[in-house]
Amino acid sequence: MRQYIIRRLLQVLPIVFLVATAVFFLFKLIPGDPATVFAGEQASPATIARVRERLGLDQPVMVQYWRYLQRLVKGDLGTSFINGMEVIDLVKARFPNTIRLAFISTILSAFFGVSIGMISALKRETIVDYLLTVVALLGISIPIFWLGLMLIYVFSVQLSILPIAGASNWKNYIMPVITLSAVSVASILRITRSSILEVMGEDFVRLARAKGLKESRVVFRHVLPNALIPIVTVVGLQFGYMLGGSIITETIFSWPGMGRMLVVAVNQRDVMVVQGVLIVFATSFVLVNLIVDIVYALIDPKISYS
Amino acid sequence: MSAKRVKRAPAAIVGILNFAKSFPLATIGGIIVLAFVLVAVLAPYVAPQDPNKMNLENALERPGPQFLLGTDYSGRDMLSRLIFGARVSLFISLTSVILGVVVGVVLGVVAAWFRHLQTPIMRLMDIMLSFPSIIVALTIIAILGSGIQNLIIAIAVYNIPVFARIAYGQTLSVKNFTYIEAVITLGARDGRILRRHILPNIIAPVIVQFTLVIPRAIMLTAGLSFLGLGVMPPTAEWGNMLQNSLRWAAQGPHLVIFPGLALLLVVFGFNTFGDGLRVSLDPRMRNR
Repeated sequence: MRQYIIRRLLQVLPIVFLVATAVFFLFKLIPGDPATVFAGEQASPATIARVRERLGLDQPVMVQYWRYLQRLVKGDLGTSFINGMEVIDLVKARFPNTIRLAFISTILSAFFGVSIGMISALKRETIVDYLLTVVALLGISIPIFWLGLMLIYVFSVQLSILPIAGASNWKNYIMPVITLSAVSVASILRITRSSILEVMGEDFVRLARAKGLKESRVVFRHVLPNALIPIVTVVGLQFGYMLGGSIITETIFSWPGMGRMLVVAVNQRDVMVVQGVLIVFATSFVLVNLIVDIVYALIDPKISYS
Repeated sequence: MSAKRVKRAPAAIVGILNFAKSFPLATIGGIIVLAFVLVAVLAPYVAPQDPNKMNLENALERPGPQFLLGTDYSGRDMLSRLIFGARVSLFISLTSVILGVVVGVVLGVVAAWFRHLQTPIMRLMDIMLSFPSIIVALTIIAILGSGIQNLIIAIAVYNIPVFARIAYGQTLSVKNFTYIEAVITLGARDGRILRRHILPNIIAPVIVQFTLVIPRAIMLTAGLSFLGLGVMPPTAEWGNMLQNSLRWAAQGPHLVIFPGLALLLVVFGFNTFGDGLRVSLDPRMRNR
């Protein structure tokens, strides 16, 4: 098992390296001179030249690339063009907020998705199942930015019971968590339902029933553990997608996280911040996928580590 | 002997009726999709007003007989803006997905046919697929800038690996068939084999996937426009209509409600229709 984890960890490095390389060269394609953006439109040619030298932009591209990789290894993501702050410091201040939101949303959507999915599967082809199927389809179809706006309209504008923006206390979490979880609850619900239905048709479940076990024991002892593998995959993927969903959710609720920072940076064309956030996001996705793979190997005896 | 002529409905209609009977929800979805496409195509004929005509005297009118869905803060007719917004959504999602299909299928087929290209192409596709759509699209927009053309490119780039994977898998299974061996033995060139013998045989799953990614493209278009990185005002688009709606929500809640409702309805329509189509074409899915 340890070897498996080490091998998977080693596979992470080339992907992060590739993403960092792609980000560097893609952002070289942006029209305009970064030194002018950094120095400001009104700066004199001499100032711009000094900035260019300071940022190392007067060097050949491959030299710049090599220095960029060296800095990256040391954890240096460069300096923001707009406010002159270190990108790594900006990330350190915001990343925990994004992770916290994504984590709470993942846990809650896993809980509700699995529970409601089980109810839907156990009540198969009843009115309850049909209703839940429609609700799930609506859930995956709902635009999360609209859901966020509607929540603000109802709970902040009309009822004035929840704060619109910020992340200072637990009340601030309610609407962003609901917004971020809606699609995930629906996806987890759907996969739980289909996975449980598939397992319910297996011979060992029939045997468990034939032995005269109580239905609850059949479900929790025999069906659920065997239906868990696709569910874990989807929950893991959802955590990754929550980081993506944070871009819209954080913008709606002015949440001080990485997603909102990325949108602001793209709008301001603050290349260094965009690059930095993309690399951090990419590394997070790859790590989340790795953790899902490891959990997968732990819960499924059929997967070999070798 | 006089043969009695029995009148039968054409096969297509029987097929549709059978589908409607087996998949009622998907049929409703299909009707929504059809209505959306018709409204988008016929926008100039069905919209009651010019979507960009401002009239401050009529600003923030509630829904009523004169303006069925009310007006926005500039007095523009909401219904007409929604109808023209459908046109923009359909145009962007269709073009971007078609672009993604063409590039993706070519890459997938090439990767499966030429062994030495398999690793570089498919590893790149896997990496791209592991990121959420909005991150990929935002990266492209950060490089190219906002606007309709760049939005189409951004969504197309996100769709490339989706179709590359399908085309790759299908080509791998088709290339071992005897008839492919036969055309190779006959001395056909690679280009001809791929065009004439592989492509026609891998296209069915690509079409099913097509119906499933269109709603995602519609949602992504609206999401990026909502963030101010896609379709820019004054062009009516459902996402950018929602952008400033909260500021006026107290006076005109219809500004927040209707664009999102339209989006929800259309995406719901595509999802249920696509789901039904997939299940009806794949009998193994029926018991799920």
